[in-house]
Parts: sequence; C-alpha cells; structure tokens
Amino acid sequence: MAADQGWLEIMERDGTLVVEAGGLWNLANAARLDAEIRQVPAPGTRPVHFDITKVKLLDTAGAWTLYRTARDWEAAGARVSIEGGNAEQVALLETVRANDKPFEPTVPEGFGVIRIVAHVGAAVEDIARETVALIGFFGLVVSTLLRTARHPRRLRVTSLIYHMEEVGLNALPIVALISFLIGVVLAFQGSSQLQRFGAEIFVVNLVAVSVLRELGILLTAIVIAGRSGSAFTAQIGAMKVHEEIDAMQTLGLDPIEVLVLPRLLALVITLPLLAFLADIMGLLGGGLTAWIALGIPPAAFVERLNTAVSMWSFWVGIMKAPVFAFLIAMIGCYEGFQVVGSAESVGQRTTRAVVEAIFLVIVADAFFSVFFQVIGI
Amino acid sequence: MAPTPELAIRIRGLRTGFGDQIIHDGLDLDVHRGEILGVVGGSGSGKSVLLRTIVGLNRPRAGTIEVLGHDLASRRDVVALEARWGVLFQDGALFSSLTVDENIQVPLKEHSTLGPRMLDEIAALKVAMVGLAPDACHKYPAQLSGGMRKRAGLARALALDPEILFLDEPTAGLDPIGAAAFDRLIRQLHDSLGLTVFMVTHDLDSLHTICDRIAVLADRKLEAVGPMDVMLRSEHPWIREYFHGPRGRAALAG
Repeated sequence: MAADQGWLEIMERDGTLVVEAGGLWNLANAARLDAEIRQVPAPGTRPVHFDITKVKLLDTAGAWTLYRTARDWEAAGARVSIEGGNAEQVALLETVRANDKPFEPTVPEGFGVIRIVAHVGAAVEDIARETVALIGFFGLVVSTLLRTARHPRRLRVTSLIYHMEEVGLNALPIVALISFLIGVVLAFQGSSQLQRFGAEIFVVNLVAVSVLRELGILLTAIVIAGRSGSAFTAQIGAMKVHEEIDAMQTLGLDPIEVLVLPRLLALVITLPLLAFLADIMGLLGGGLTAWIALGIPPAAFVERLNTAVSMWSFWVGIMKAPVFAFLIAMIGCYEGFQVVGSAESVGQRTTRAVVEAIFLVIVADAFFSVFFQVIGI
Repeated sequence: MAPTPELAIRIRGLRTGFGDQIIHDGLDLDVHRGEILGVVGGSGSGKSVLLRTIVGLNRPRAGTIEVLGHDLASRRDVVALEARWGVLFQDGALFSSLTVDENIQVPLKEHSTLGPRMLDEIAALKVAMVGLAPDACHKYPAQLSGGMRKRAGLARALALDPEILFLDEPTAGLDPIGAAAFDRLIRQLHDSLGLTVFMVTHDLDSLHTICDRIAVLADRKLEAVGPMDVMLRSEHPWIREYFHGPRGRAALAG
C-alpha cells in the first residue's frame, strides 16, 4: 500500500465482519474510500467490527465515510463497533455523530410542460408588476421634478454639472467616432446601389435623411443607454446594497431629489447636444466618403444637402433626444432602486436597465416615425 | 534556518505598508500549533492587515512569514497552503449568488473528487457542526442574519478540515448571547478538530474565555504576547488601559 493512500480490507473472523482501515482517511482519498466501502456487501445482522488502529490521519470527510457506513449497517440490524482509534480520532467520530442531522438533499428542478408554463406565468406576472412599479416611479419623479421647479434652489447644481460632464462631455469621443463611421458606411453602401442607376448624387439624400432623422439620435441614445443607463443602475444599486439610500432617508434627504433629478436633467440636457454632434459627424463621414469614393466635391454635397432635407429633418431628430434621455435615465435609476441585497442583483439589474432602455428607445422611435408621418413632416 | 514543526506560524522582521504609510515594522510573532491566539490592538494598528498578510492577500515589504513550515514568499507554497488554512472574514464573505451548502461545496469541489452525494453529506455535516439548522442549507446569504452568515462563513472555512483557522473579528456585531455561543463553538471545534486558531478580536470576553495567548499590536510591532494573567500584570500604558479599563474589568468579573 502506498504511504499516502487510505485503504480498507474486509475480513471474516468467527462470523464477525471485520473492516480494517488504514492510511490516510482524508478528503483527498474520501471519494475513492467512499466508493470502495459502498462495494462491501451489507452484513445483514452479523456483528461488524471496524478496526481503525492503522489509520494515520482522519479528517471529517474520512470520519463521515466511516460513521455513515456504520450508521447504515446498524440501522439494517448489525451490531457495529469502531475500535482502535486514538483519542483525537474518537473525539472526531463523536463530533461527526453528534452533528448527523437529517437534511434535504438538493433536488434538481424537474422538467416538463408544467415547469415551462410556470416559468411563463412567473415572467408575465413579473412584467406586469414591474410595469406598475415603473409607472409609480415615473409619477414620483415627475412630482419631485415639479416640486423642484417651484423651489429651484433645491436643485443640486454641483451634482448636475458633475453628471453632465460624466454622461455628456466624456461621451463625446465615442459618439463622434460611431456616427462618423455610420456616415461612411451609409455612403459606401448607398453609392454601390445608386451607381447602377447613375444616381450617385442621391447618396447625399440617403445620408442626410437617415443620419438626421433617425440614425444620429438613435445610435447616440443606444450608446448612452449602454454607457450611462448602466452606470446609473450600478451606482444607485451599490448605494442601495450599502444602505446608503436608507441613511439618506433618515437624514431627511429625498433620494429622488438627490440622486435621480441631477442624473435625469443632466441626460435631458446633454443628449440633444450629443445628438447634434452625431448629426454633424455623420454628415462629415458621408460627405468625405462621397468626395473620395464618388468624386462629389464638398461644395456640391452642401448644395445637394440644401435641397435634399429641410430644417425639419434636423429638428425631428433633435426633438426626440430629450424623450429618449428621459427614458434612459428613468430606467437606469429605477433599476438601481430595485437592487436588493447582493452583488449579483446589481449585475442583473444593470443588464435589465440597458436592455429595457434600448427597447423603450426603439419603441418610442417607432411611435415618433408614425407620428411625424401622420402630421406630414 | 530549518522550520520548527511546533510552530504553526512564524513571522520575523515583518514590514508592511500602503503608500508611504508604514503599518508594521520589524514585527516578530510565533503561533504555536494547537493554540488559540487572540490578536488585539487599537483601531488602525494593523490587526486585519497582519491577518491578510499571513494568508497572502497582502504582500509584505520585508521579513519572512512561515506557515506550517512553508515560506510564504514562494508562490507554489502558498497554493499548497491554501487547502490547509481556513479564513473567516468579518461578514462571512459568502458568495452571494450561491446557497449556503453550495458555498461550502466550492472549496470541496475545487480540492477533491467527491461525488454529488458525498458533497451534499459533507456540506450538511459542516452546517450542523457550526450550529446552523439544516434548513439553512438551501438559503442564500441575503436571507440569513449576521450571526448565521458568520456561522455559514465558518462552515466554509472549515470545509477542507484546515489546520489553521483565521478569524477576523468573529464576534463583532453579534449580540452577547450569540457572541458567547460563537466563542463556545470555536473552542469546541478547536478541541475536536485540533485546530490552531489565529483570531483578530476586540471582544474582551472572547479573549478571556477562549484564547490561550494574547498578542498585542502597538507602535507597528508586537508589544507583548502571553496568556491573560501576563497581560493583566503588564505595565505598558495601552495594555493597562485596555485590560483594566471599565470594560476589561467587567469582562474579568464575568
């Protein structure tokens, strides 16, 4: 027998089943010893004698294996004795015996139709509850906003400026880069299609209309939902976990006023500005591509731009920005307040915030499209 | 120098710090096998830092730390040691996405080849050993009280049958009854499992009832070490203040 192994030997002596154990009965060997001892045929009602004189090391896992076997055989009618251990081993076996309490093993969740139906039901209920709670939160924020409008001095200006820098200024590079690239892509894709009709010049219409009316603001809103909506949830959620929100309330501070309004207003103010930048960069990207790839000089591009779009196309895009900003900030803050207890909850809520914010932004955008179509802009 | 087997932990000339702040300078400490050592010191004297340094969460700037004869400077030795010590952090530090028994099974799965049935059995055994009700097994940490989280954290620390148990303020935040029960539990586990316990604490009752020796950290090093009666006879002003202050006297009387 190798020195660092645990072993057991089964012998028959005068009608007594003798189990001789030796070596290391520890966690490292427990899996194997457990399997081996389960192979031993149950002794029935014969007496059983465990001899653990040669056990060099016994830990809880080893002691449990011995004890459980003895317990099960005893329950089946055998007379079991464990002998030969030193004082420590006896004490450990005694500790294990004293702490053997019935427990429920982990039951894996069942499969089947009922479980699927239950999941669907739970999800629907969850959505309904969340919607109601979100509308409640919306009302709370609006009423706090109106109260603050009556007492403008209650507005946290420092916090507002800080968040404007965070969500607005610091997002400039990424928003500018993404919209520039989208302008480039649109112009390239458009030109290859329009060239077949000899209508390259319409690339200007394509880029201008799609960037100004839709893509500029939509992409900006999606980037900001991922960047700032998630940050709002994580910040407020972490504060919730550390009971900072509770502390605020006991100090007579209104969490909506202190945490939500500055974030909301910062986003409502800066998102239109970001959208404006996105429009400019998108047109720039489209214009440069048109010049380089199609040979449309900048002067012709600008001239064509004037006839292709009216000022309304620009305003249609910009007008959507405050609404999108409102949705993103609302969802971000709301999900932050929904965090309970653990770090995992912060992660879940952050994911939800981003998904819901992007979803709502696109739904709102669809409504805007229909609306503008109907009123004919 | 050959490692002395009677010593569970041997620290020589330890120096730690953050930035330009020095926490320990020239700290020497021996922890004997099988003893319960209580570490005390004023707030900011680096008790928790010492614990974190010994278990390898914080790199010392100078000095040597040997745990069970292994030098902590060697990364390979630290890995070998990680299965031989258990750490209970202040609030249990349970993984919040796992239930109590899954928490206990994390080290078991990592360091053994036990099957699911044995894992369940061993986890239930550890839960019972730390005095938690069996139905706590399937609860998440957020559903437990502070005292229960500590017990669950202790169960996880004991999962691998460690030789050394590190406790960071085990009774802080517990009510006196819960704290006394936790003290008894540690003593009892110490007796039945043959543990060496390194305990950072502020609890004079714990020091008094379960610690074999007390180490006092002050002025960046070990000011004194010895059993309670040595502490009580000490002339050092901080130690006098600590053990002879109103709270110290109350703990002694009780």
